[in-house]
Amino acid sequence: MVASECGERTYLLDLLKEPVLAAQEFFLLAGKALKNIFRRPHYGDDIALQMDAIGVGSLPIVVMIGFFSGAVMALQMSRALSQYGQVGKTGTLVSLTLVRELGPVLTSIMVAGRNSTGMASELGSMKVTEQIDAMRALGTDPIQKLVTPRLIATCVMLPLLTIIADFVGMVGGFIIAKFVLSIESRQYWTSVWRALEWNDVTQGLFKPLVFAVVVSLMGCFYGLRTTGGTQGVGRSTTQAMVMATVLIFVLDLLITQVFVSQGGA
Amino acid sequence: MAEPARIAVLRFENVTVSFDGDVALRDISFAAYEGESRIILGAAGSGKTVLLKTAMGLTKPESGKVFVFGQDISAMPEKRLFDIRGKIGMLFQESALFDSLNIAENVAYPLLNQPSIRCPKAEVLPRVKRTLEFVELGGTLEKFPSELSGGMRRRAAIARAVVTEPPLQMYDSPTAGLDPITAHTIIALLIKERDVSQATTLLVTHRFQDGNLMANFRYNSEQGVLEPARNGAKQKSSTTFMVMKEGRLIFENDQDSIEASKDPYIGKFVKQRV
Repeated sequence: MVASECGERTYLLDLLKEPVLAAQEFFLLAGKALKNIFRRPHYGDDIALQMDAIGVGSLPIVVMIGFFSGAVMALQMSRALSQYGQVGKTGTLVSLTLVRELGPVLTSIMVAGRNSTGMASELGSMKVTEQIDAMRALGTDPIQKLVTPRLIATCVMLPLLTIIADFVGMVGGFIIAKFVLSIESRQYWTSVWRALEWNDVTQGLFKPLVFAVVVSLMGCFYGLRTTGGTQGVGRSTTQAMVMATVLIFVLDLLITQVFVSQGGA
Repeated sequence: MAEPARIAVLRFENVTVSFDGDVALRDISFAAYEGESRIILGAAGSGKTVLLKTAMGLTKPESGKVFVFGQDISAMPEKRLFDIRGKIGMLFQESALFDSLNIAENVAYPLLNQPSIRCPKAEVLPRVKRTLEFVELGGTLEKFPSELSGGMRRRAAIARAVVTEPPLQMYDSPTAGLDPITAHTIIALLIKERDVSQATTLLVTHRFQDGNLMANFRYNSEQGVLEPARNGAKQKSSTTFMVMKEGRLIFENDQDSIEASKDPYIGKFVKQRV
């Protein structure tokens, strides 16, 4: 009886060990990557290359997602607002939902799908072919060379992509408002503009910055701990995408709670 | 007058390495001295690669100490290890050339990135060209690793390992998966590099004939050919054979002793010789 209880306890402890160890390794990687931002050497070329891959490369998909989510929001909101005779407020709701939530979250998920997985598979392939070890052997810190440039590039590009997605979403909403709901252009854009307060703009830019850290570090973390050949690379890629997406939603809730409690309407 | 004590280029003192409870190296002790060649034989999974990675500081020992050029690297932080690694050239099992860089950039990488090398930029390309000529890959500067054959990739990786002329050179299975002619070319290159630079060499292999060539041939720099080192030409460097089994070092001695060994495991390697 005692032996069986002891065995169960050991089994439970073993189950907990893996996630606790993974969390510890993640925070160590995050700490080193953030510290490296202020340390030499700086790999400017790699940062520019990653900015191009993450920013310019993600632009078409972010524009598409932004436009259609804005248009859909306008259609859905107008239906609800028509019950109160307030269809003219469509711009207000499109603006608020895009800037506060849809812009940051959808853009981050798109970038996670495109770049977090890309980072995990690229770094994972390098790991299983000993290129990471070779890098260390040849005098380069892989975190400094591979992780920090991806972190910086994502932190710069994701808020910019979010601004573009927000604006394109508003344009999508405008097209629905003008041609389907017959709302005057001036009325739509005035309600869009007036709806926004500093609190909204701040959280609309703060969220993608936090999500950028998650997206880039999750991709790099799972890439660098890849084991087991090409099968392991596939597994790391999936894990990076799943964890980045889950964390985006969890952190979104926490950040929203902070901003709501600070008096945002 | 007493002869000064020899300082080992590489010394393992009771080194044990394990991964998640699985012991990869068990209580390994040996020392390699300047100009010496060590041939490390062993079956797959016997700990040969882990031994080289531990010597490079890429893997940390669980217990015991590793001294490289007299410095204990067992608990040395990564940043300080970079200076030590500047004195070590390593050929990885799968070559580990960077896919995104061409051959010239791959070979130039240690010259540009090793903190302790500090090669002037104007000298980088001539040194890269010279080293690629040395491994007979002079025409591949602009090519990418994926455009080369397995043997050529291995030679390019050797060029990257020796471009800084490191005093300690480690080669992990340089002939694995290659045809006999290419394998012979690779070993000939390693002998040439060893004898030109007078470096301490560690060669991990599962083919006894690789060790046999390393032990019994030397590079004649005047004629540019390999020639037998025994029976006439005096061998300048000594060659020691080491045999690994399940993480343990079970044999460490010269060629005559390994050939005379009655151990069936060791005998399997020696009987392979061509």
